[in-house]
Amino acid sequence: MYNTTELCSVVSGHSSPAAILCKCTTRTAFISQLVKKRQPWILLPGNFQRLLSRVLKLALSSEGLYQLFNIPAFTTAMTSSTNVSCFHEARRVAIFGGTHGNEMSGVTLVNLWIQNGKEIHRKGVETKPFITNPRAVEKCTRYVDTDLNRAFTTENLSAPSGDDLPYEVQRAQQINEIFGPKGSPEAYDVIFDLHNTTSNMGCTLILESSKDHFNLQMMHYIKKAIAPDSCPVLLTEHPLLKYSTSRSVAKHPVGLEVGPQPQGVLRSNIFESMRVVLKHALDFIELFNEGLEFPPCTVDVFRVSEKMDYPRDTNGNIIAMVHPNLQDCDWEPLNPGDPMFQTFDGTTLRYEGAGTVYPTFINEAAYYEKQQAFVTTRRETLAAGAIKKNIGQSYSV
Amino acid sequence: MSAHHITMALVMCNAIESSKMTICLHCGYYFIFYNTSLSLSLSLSLSLSLSLSLSLSLSLSLSLSLSLSLSLSGQQMEPVSLPPQSRVALCGGTHGNEMSGVYLVRELQKLEKVGSATLTTVISNPRAVQMCKRYTDVDLNRCFTDAILSSPVTDATPYEVRRAQELNTLLGPKGSAGAMDLVCDLHNTTANMGLSLISYSAQDWVILHIYRQIQRKITSAPVRFILLDLPLADAYSQDSLGKHGFSIEVGPQPHGVVRADIFNIMKEAVDQTLDWVQCFNSGSAFEGGEVDDVYTFVKSIDYPRDPETNQITAAIHPQLQDRDFCLLHPGDPMFLMFSGEIVKYEGVEVLHPYFVNECAYYEKSIAFHLARKMTLTIPPLRVKRD
Repeated sequence: MYNTTELCSVVSGHSSPAAILCKCTTRTAFISQLVKKRQPWILLPGNFQRLLSRVLKLALSSEGLYQLFNIPAFTTAMTSSTNVSCFHEARRVAIFGGTHGNEMSGVTLVNLWIQNGKEIHRKGVETKPFITNPRAVEKCTRYVDTDLNRAFTTENLSAPSGDDLPYEVQRAQQINEIFGPKGSPEAYDVIFDLHNTTSNMGCTLILESSKDHFNLQMMHYIKKAIAPDSCPVLLTEHPLLKYSTSRSVAKHPVGLEVGPQPQGVLRSNIFESMRVVLKHALDFIELFNEGLEFPPCTVDVFRVSEKMDYPRDTNGNIIAMVHPNLQDCDWEPLNPGDPMFQTFDGTTLRYEGAGTVYPTFINEAAYYEKQQAFVTTRRETLAAGAIKKNIGQSYSV
Repeated sequence: MSAHHITMALVMCNAIESSKMTICLHCGYYFIFYNTSLSLSLSLSLSLSLSLSLSLSLSLSLSLSLSLSLSLSGQQMEPVSLPPQSRVALCGGTHGNEMSGVYLVRELQKLEKVGSATLTTVISNPRAVQMCKRYTDVDLNRCFTDAILSSPVTDATPYEVRRAQELNTLLGPKGSAGAMDLVCDLHNTTANMGLSLISYSAQDWVILHIYRQIQRKITSAPVRFILLDLPLADAYSQDSLGKHGFSIEVGPQPHGVVRADIFNIMKEAVDQTLDWVQCFNSGSAFEGGEVDDVYTFVKSIDYPRDPETNQITAAIHPQLQDRDFCLLHPGDPMFLMFSGEIVKYEGVEVLHPYFVNECAYYEKSIAFHLARKMTLTIPPLRVKRD
């Protein structure tokens, strides 16, 4: 039997994977080593991928693992002969507000539902409203020590707990214990994370994985339900730009970003739109749990592409603002040559990319310190297979 | 104008002694009188009922609001001459997250003189600017009352109080001969207030002439004047440090964000101010006349709150949101409760809301302010030659 250290070096050396797997002490040790080494799936050699895929399919049942590794072969292997993906009933659903303490719609809605949960009650579902960052909410600030919505990294979650850790890291560990553990079968089925933005993004749904068919079907349902109002879907699946969100603790994380709204302000129209979107999302879950089969569908999404910072001087000070032509134009095409920034004395700086992009998070207040004026996206159509509730034996995905 | 009002006007003319503003309680017409001359300035606010006849009652339901400015007699006010505005101060970052002023002051730091006047640029609250917060301990822009400026400094004194006293030394002392001639303080608001000038006096001719120039020259945003009726000793904001002072408030802009359109409006307003100062100092004569779109603070309204937790239980109603300076009539919706009920305005007087849904005012228990609209008459003005 290999111990975990040896296993680690052998894995990184890519020698004799079949032999290693057969001699795993425990599968969790093996997985934890893989996680610690942060081997992205695509970097593992081909034969190792195929072998691992077969072994995991037989030996493991964690959907969280699938998400962790984004294993493509895994999904297709799990569909039944009629090509309907079966999922466990979504029994445990959480609604997070106050992940950023000054994003008022979520804070207000969650506090309302903590007082009286009638509106979010659905048959057969445990819906738990939860304030994720109470200290930041109390001070009406985005965060106290560090951004909670970036704190759910594997490193933070597995670090030994202690009072010397930043408040938000401690909080992330607590949240992971209550609603996770992230990547495990015990994790909550769905988490809705409520956010506001100063950008003119309307009601945006944020999708973390292009292979989450459950979420894709939910978002398709929501978009249809609120039509003719639009509900853009932002796909944050990106090797560099993806970040570790509070909702990522769940099997199916759903971000809800509604704007424009200044931080610290509660606008009635924004509040009510968020409320309506959530209502449709919970309706979808209820229908799913009742056994409704959702046929295959396609969902138009915007996949994040590139982060664009403000022009700055040598001291790091911003020397230009988002151009009036770009301001408030989230989701609209930005073509090469279009105005992008305007210096304080009125000069126009233009977009010099190769092709048309769709910018979003344009002039978000919280992103000045993250060196982001806006993020570019590209349009994509994702296909979601048919889904329905798993009724018999669990061969869960 | 009805016969009723011509009679009223003549009666009031006989009783004039000094500047007086009075309201006809019957119909809401405002009368303003200046000096002992019989010149008369009328500001009319007409309410049209649904049948479109001139209604003299203060009751509800309105589709149009007219504001007329009439000058009855041909007599103007006596011309006024004032000392040159030689020392001008421009302040930004009084609230550290109101970004237009922060960036504009940085831009204008390079400028030292404006014609014959010197320009001092100040980042008023550098610590708050650094943290991109409104303030660190207490709101700096409430620290300029005589009482706070003269309070002794101890270890427990909040940062902003110390800073206010420093600024008083730099730009004041308030009320003294050594103070800056003109202090202009730059602010942003999350409320849809366009470009608003805020000051304390209805008789500061320098400020009112600047307002008139800005109002005439700027077309990219609505321009209005807000009058806070407070004696100098109680004036709490930074602009009260100067012999003449006013704030420029531009919105809507989220705090912590710089929008190009809002920045450009503020820049235009500052450019017009400095232009006026230059013209004034070099001897231009500014004719008298009237300035309208002047709003006097009456009272403020708080959000409905839970009596136990003090948390707000409603948001500004969608029909009031973003409608600063429009008319609010008795019966108009003010708040939409989270439970769905509508809270209506139950005052008697038709007033104009402003600072509707300003982020920083939640903690001050203010959902919006209410004001009366009026017109002021200003005299011809030129610089005093020794």
